Amino acid sequence: MLNLGDIMETINMIQNENLDIRTITMGISLLDCCDSDIDVSCKKVYDKILRKAGNLVRTGEDISKLYGIPIINKRVSVTPIAMLLAASGGDPVKYAKTLDRAGKEIGVNFIGGYSALVHKGFSAGDLELIRSIPQALSETDQVCSSVNVGTTKAGINMDAVALMGKVIVDAAKCTADRNCIGPAKLVVFCNAPEDNPFMAGAFHGIGEPDCVINVGVSGPGVVRAALSKYPDADLNRIADIIKKTAFKITRMGQLVGTEASKRLDVPFGIVDLSLAPTPAVGDSVAHILEEMGLEMCGTHGTTAALALLNDAVKKGGVMASSNVGGLSGAFIPVSEDAGMIAAAEAGVLSIEKLEAMTSVCSVGLDMIVVPGDTKPEAISAIIADEAAIGMVNTKTTAVRIIPAIGKDIGDSLEFGGLLGSGPVMRLNKNESPAKFIERGGRIPAPLQSLKN
Amino acid sequence: MRAIISVVGKDTFGILAKVSSVCFENRANVVDVNQSILQDMFVMVMMLDISDADCDFLRLKGDLEALGTQLGMQINIMHEDIFNSMHRI
Repeated sequence: MLNLGDIMETINMIQNENLDIRTITMGISLLDCCDSDIDVSCKKVYDKILRKAGNLVRTGEDISKLYGIPIINKRVSVTPIAMLLAASGGDPVKYAKTLDRAGKEIGVNFIGGYSALVHKGFSAGDLELIRSIPQALSETDQVCSSVNVGTTKAGINMDAVALMGKVIVDAAKCTADRNCIGPAKLVVFCNAPEDNPFMAGAFHGIGEPDCVINVGVSGPGVVRAALSKYPDADLNRIADIIKKTAFKITRMGQLVGTEASKRLDVPFGIVDLSLAPTPAVGDSVAHILEEMGLEMCGTHGTTAALALLNDAVKKGGVMASSNVGGLSGAFIPVSEDAGMIAAAEAGVLSIEKLEAMTSVCSVGLDMIVVPGDTKPEAISAIIADEAAIGMVNTKTTAVRIIPAIGKDIGDSLEFGGLLGSGPVMRLNKNESPAKFIERGGRIPAPLQSLKN
Repeated sequence: MRAIISVVGKDTFGILAKVSSVCFENRANVVDVNQSILQDMFVMVMMLDISDADCDFLRLKGDLEALGTQLGMQINIMHEDIFNSMHRI
């Protein structure tokens, strides 16, 4: 029989330490829905999503009951809509509304893929889609959007970077009456993964099969609780404890993913080994770093502690799953993490420190609220900095930044739910990067040879 | 197919009997029990065989949760696979 201690440990992780499956995301290819008539194309999209994902939510709930594990979100990601738009032309917002309607009908809470991949340049449909993002996010509830502006192999498309600064500000203005929720559903990527199950950046990549199930696990609370039992352990031991805990968390994701794939008769894609925080007490990545011995997240030493955490999570998780992918690592979304919020409010966690942290963690500048009068070129410059880190280090980086229209330092934005609330963070206001951003063109891909 | 029940709460009369009878009513066979009392706290872990065709896991789960509420105790039932996948390589 199983060991009593093991049984109680699992139950304790779920009941007291917020262990959960963060998301089961079904990726659906829409390439076979392309049509030269946009209305026909939208109808095919709607029908295919309902056909493939009609049972997704119920299956997720059944698995959750069977194993006694909370499965927080059920979501759908689709082929970047810009590709469908290339064939159909017409008003891209029609697609957004179709996705929103399909998402609500099947009962998921987000549907991702209102996306364009423009790292080397714009092709048909890309510019129209990107320009429509503010309106699309304002007129829908569930649709999430992402734009890939750079890769290690192609460099950074600075025309797209310049455009995205304006799109983000416009998206905030369009939703100013709803806590500027628009840009919270918009991610700008460098090296975007094709199999990411996490929103808002999920889309179904073109190299993926027709339909696939990806799972994102979570569990910062479990890691923190495990570390708290060893207050005096050295960092080798800390890394070891994180690895073991990540292994257990990931095994659960693998189990749930395999079962969901079997029940839905859809191939199992990947487990995303992530520590995804929520604003709930005891579910914070910042608190893990503080458990390691930092008085507050954001102080000197935070980057080193995060590097250790991120690497140990991957090492522990890789062995626990048959296929690992997505973003895999520790997330550091400011508004979604109680410890990050506290550190930002105290002025200990600055945007510059967050940028340094993104060079060793899984994604990037995530859920950061900035003053409402921030200029588009400043946001573009932040995107360029972040994309450069991703491009040079061959890793995924992203920017999800929210200009809080009408607010300034000292205020905060309340999104509610998993998105949390974010204090407005200070940016460098006086010295403009406008000339650099206006130049446009491309930052060439970095040299990846001559490494000896 | 096996499942594991955990019961934690303040010790009172007849907990084991009541949990077992819910299992019996739901055609789940108790194959192992491990119980202890730590300072008035009752802790029990029970392994069930739930492969009987008439055993409906979700109904059993609902009945046990109702019993937990009635007794003021925390009663959980989870599929065995979750423990095996987490703690066995």
